[in-house]
Amino acid sequence: MTDVSATPAPAATSERPRGRSFGKIALRWLLYIVLGLFALYYLMPLFVMLTTSLKSLEEIRTGDLLSLPRELTFDAWRTAWSEACTGIQCEGVKPYFWNSVMLAVPAVLISTLLGAMNGYVIAQWRFPGANIIFALMLFGCFIPFQVVLLPMARMLGLMGIAGTIPGLIFVHVIYGLGFTTLFFRNYYVTIPVELVKAAKVDGAGFVRIFFAIFLPLSIPIIVVSVIWQFTQIWNDFLFGVSFSQAGTQPVTVALNNIVNSTTGVKEYNVDMAAAIIAALPTLLVYIVAGKYFIRGLTAGSVKG
Amino acid sequence: MAKWFETHLPKIVLAPSFIAILIFVYGFIAWTAWVSLTRSRLLPRYEIEGFIQYDRLFASPRWDTAMNNLYIFGALFIGVSMILGLILAILLDQQIRVEGAIRTIYLYPMALSMIVTGTAWKWILNPGLGLEAMVKGWGYENFTFDWLVNPDMAIYTVVLAAIWQSSGFVMALFLAGLRSVDTEIIRAAQIDGIPTWRVYVSIIIPSMAPIFLSAFIVLAHLAIKAFDLVIALTGGGPGYATDLPATYMYAMAFSRGDIGQAAASAMIMMLVVFAIVVPYLYSELRARND
Amino acid sequence: MKYTTLAAISSLALSVATIGHAEPQAEVLHWWTSGGEAKAVGVLQEEFAENGGSWTDMPVAGGGGDAAMTALRARVLSGNAPTAVQLKGPAIQEWYEEGVLADISSVADAEGWADILPASIAGHMKCEDTWCAAPVNVHRVDWIWANADVLESNGIEMPTTWDEFNAAAEKLQEAGVIPLAHGGQAWQDATVFETVVLGLGGPEFFQKALVDLDPEALTSDTMKASFDQMRTLRGYVDDNFSGRDWNLATAMVMNGEAAFQIMGDWAKGEFLAAGKVPGEDFLCASTPGDGYLYNVDSFAMFNVDGDDKKAGQDLLAKLIVGPNFQKVFNMNKGSIPVRTDVALDEFDMCAQKSSEDMTAASDSGALLPSYAHGMALRGAQAGAITDVVTAHFNSDMSSDEAVQMLADAVANSM
Repeated sequence: MTDVSATPAPAATSERPRGRSFGKIALRWLLYIVLGLFALYYLMPLFVMLTTSLKSLEEIRTGDLLSLPRELTFDAWRTAWSEACTGIQCEGVKPYFWNSVMLAVPAVLISTLLGAMNGYVIAQWRFPGANIIFALMLFGCFIPFQVVLLPMARMLGLMGIAGTIPGLIFVHVIYGLGFTTLFFRNYYVTIPVELVKAAKVDGAGFVRIFFAIFLPLSIPIIVVSVIWQFTQIWNDFLFGVSFSQAGTQPVTVALNNIVNSTTGVKEYNVDMAAAIIAALPTLLVYIVAGKYFIRGLTAGSVKG
Repeated sequence: MAKWFETHLPKIVLAPSFIAILIFVYGFIAWTAWVSLTRSRLLPRYEIEGFIQYDRLFASPRWDTAMNNLYIFGALFIGVSMILGLILAILLDQQIRVEGAIRTIYLYPMALSMIVTGTAWKWILNPGLGLEAMVKGWGYENFTFDWLVNPDMAIYTVVLAAIWQSSGFVMALFLAGLRSVDTEIIRAAQIDGIPTWRVYVSIIIPSMAPIFLSAFIVLAHLAIKAFDLVIALTGGGPGYATDLPATYMYAMAFSRGDIGQAAASAMIMMLVVFAIVVPYLYSELRARND
Repeated sequence: MKYTTLAAISSLALSVATIGHAEPQAEVLHWWTSGGEAKAVGVLQEEFAENGGSWTDMPVAGGGGDAAMTALRARVLSGNAPTAVQLKGPAIQEWYEEGVLADISSVADAEGWADILPASIAGHMKCEDTWCAAPVNVHRVDWIWANADVLESNGIEMPTTWDEFNAAAEKLQEAGVIPLAHGGQAWQDATVFETVVLGLGGPEFFQKALVDLDPEALTSDTMKASFDQMRTLRGYVDDNFSGRDWNLATAMVMNGEAAFQIMGDWAKGEFLAAGKVPGEDFLCASTPGDGYLYNVDSFAMFNVDGDDKKAGQDLLAKLIVGPNFQKVFNMNKGSIPVRTDVALDEFDMCAQKSSEDMTAASDSGALLPSYAHGMALRGAQAGAITDVVTAHFNSDMSSDEAVQMLADAVANSM
């Protein structure tokens, strides 16, 4: 990271030092105010969700949307996690949460690994037609998922994995391939081909070059790919609702069942708590790995 | 044999993914094209009937609304997200002390699905519960913000929430771009006494052209696929004022039992995608051939 | 985790199951996920378990069953259909035509469904000559609910014509009360619309226009008058109605913010759950005009492999129509039993009125299927009508334009 020196310092070549320094401080304040206002805009929905989940139903009914809870209560969280009814079963989002974990983790890993190998082949082992193949794979990123639901259902049935977690993993891997391949191809294309040539001279083969040289170089872009895929897969509802059966439904489906119930007293605090629980893993990934995400993007994936 | 294997290994590695994409993307597009020519209702049928579904589609006022909304939504969403993302990235690039925290705040909406945030947005935008009620509560009785319930304005609330979700990601892309601009050029410009804003306008931003393209593609892809957002925020309403092609297609296929019609609308969506993506692919490949 | 093991074990059990000792099994796809409803389904599950069955719950909420129908299509196409599915109206016959429904005639004959179900409801449960679905309840759609105190303090009687309703609404508006609590979702607009058509046009016109889709009826003056009335009603709704859930509208009537709501009798469940007493705190009446619009929930059985699942279907069908479930479920849900031989003593006055009216309407030929709730038309046609109704209600479209659009949309949906 060489950002510090990249930043132009406004006062560097000042002609009128005194005016400039006053202006500079004012500008600086303005800058922080603007950034702060935008931060409020981005935080508002999360703030509303969080405070609502910590209020009692009574307070939600009578109080202000943006006010802080008068009395903190974590009942709604407990209910959402292990007691809220999603149909007959009243076990909260807990069992569904684990379904999501069991499907997201393998799907993210497999699609990232495949994307890395595809990107490696396309960027470094160029062969006639590789460009066309890459273009065709990229186009696959853009297919609206509603289009594939019905034929996919048929295929999963034929393959005998309909309604299972492996089936869902399969679907997510297929439709994640386009993006992961794009990430890795764009990253590897910046690595000089001479590296592969030199390694070949040393007697290393295709597989060894990949695992010994390229993979260790790829940490930043692996982070990008994992974050992207994890977000997409964890948040998916459409595939989750279509290709699951009782016992394999992911957390988004359970959340939908809790939030979208059409009758009965709406427990908004439980809705919001369930929503935050469902969002926690992705939130955590962004907070913890967000820095590496930008670093990974900087490292090449966006250069095209 | 081993030699042959070694030379063809790259292709063998790529083959499963490629075959999968051929079947599960292109095969399915072909399948959809076929079904769009039939009178499929509840489940797909395969007797070809001609272009009747397309005639029905173009005669439907709801489809007109959906396509118009896609243009409005797409243009505003992509345009504003890009501009906002760029501005935020430039502001954040001024040696901000708490950059990491602010960056995370701007970026986190991308982590949440609209199923999660839809309810919160619905509250905030609802005139009786959210912002309008709150500002009125502060004593500004004339304040109105009723876009959500106004059929002419409701699509803009969808835009607002979509920008909220994606502009931080675009900011991240641009920030990454700013950080990878060659610092020597900038320093040289500064030594020559060129003002900061001109350094940005004439040196830094032009050098980020590929990033504009990447951001555009990511945003276009989100715009065309926009679905959860509308379902969670407006349910397509008031009336069907905020319908988009994806929600139209979904309604036809799954709540109306009109799969032929859904397939026809999907094909038109694919054409729009094609028109946007092919120039991008062309530029990608040309860059590769240089 | 528990579920997957369960699923694994049950699929294992399936593969070793032999004829003779098949334990009844059912995976049930439904969208009754909220408090009262889920409790009601729970009753069924318990009974099912008491009879030696094992129940796997597959709830998918949202959009009045849209999401569940998405799941259903995917499941059927993948050759992995659920055992029983909440399905209703002509959709049952549509699925039958696709050749995926199971025949439960043996249960129906043994239980004598033909004798205990009203003929028009039995008709919905039959596919050609076989029984293919089990009815759960009868909801009446054309109800108008009112806050008793608000009406009294404004000197208003329950309206019996739409003109009376309009007069009452004007009066309420002057008094600063929202006359009509309404949620601006397409299906709610359609619900109000069909009661208006029934009230202004009468049962015969309703049948012609919204069941037979007669083009003349669709563009008739009566239909224009119906749209006029919709426009009038739009004026009685508060500004904030868009996207509001129906139960929030019910709450507005409950707390006196609004006077009336037009909604099926599932709204009663909300009043009762809040401890309100029918006849004292809130009033129920049929919407202005004659006739009775029914909305019958039912479960259809899908073709499945394995004797345990088939045994599950038979047991489920038997229990659903059985007197105990009919009583308990419907008291929870606000509807009335489909069987005519269940005593209604423990039901509230609104349910009793519903039952009396149903019998009377059945005799006079005014017992009609609700179009808004998918009982009268196939999805494509019902959806086309709803599109026009909701577009008209949410814009300043004229009634002349609306009827023309209606005729076009219906023709286009065929």
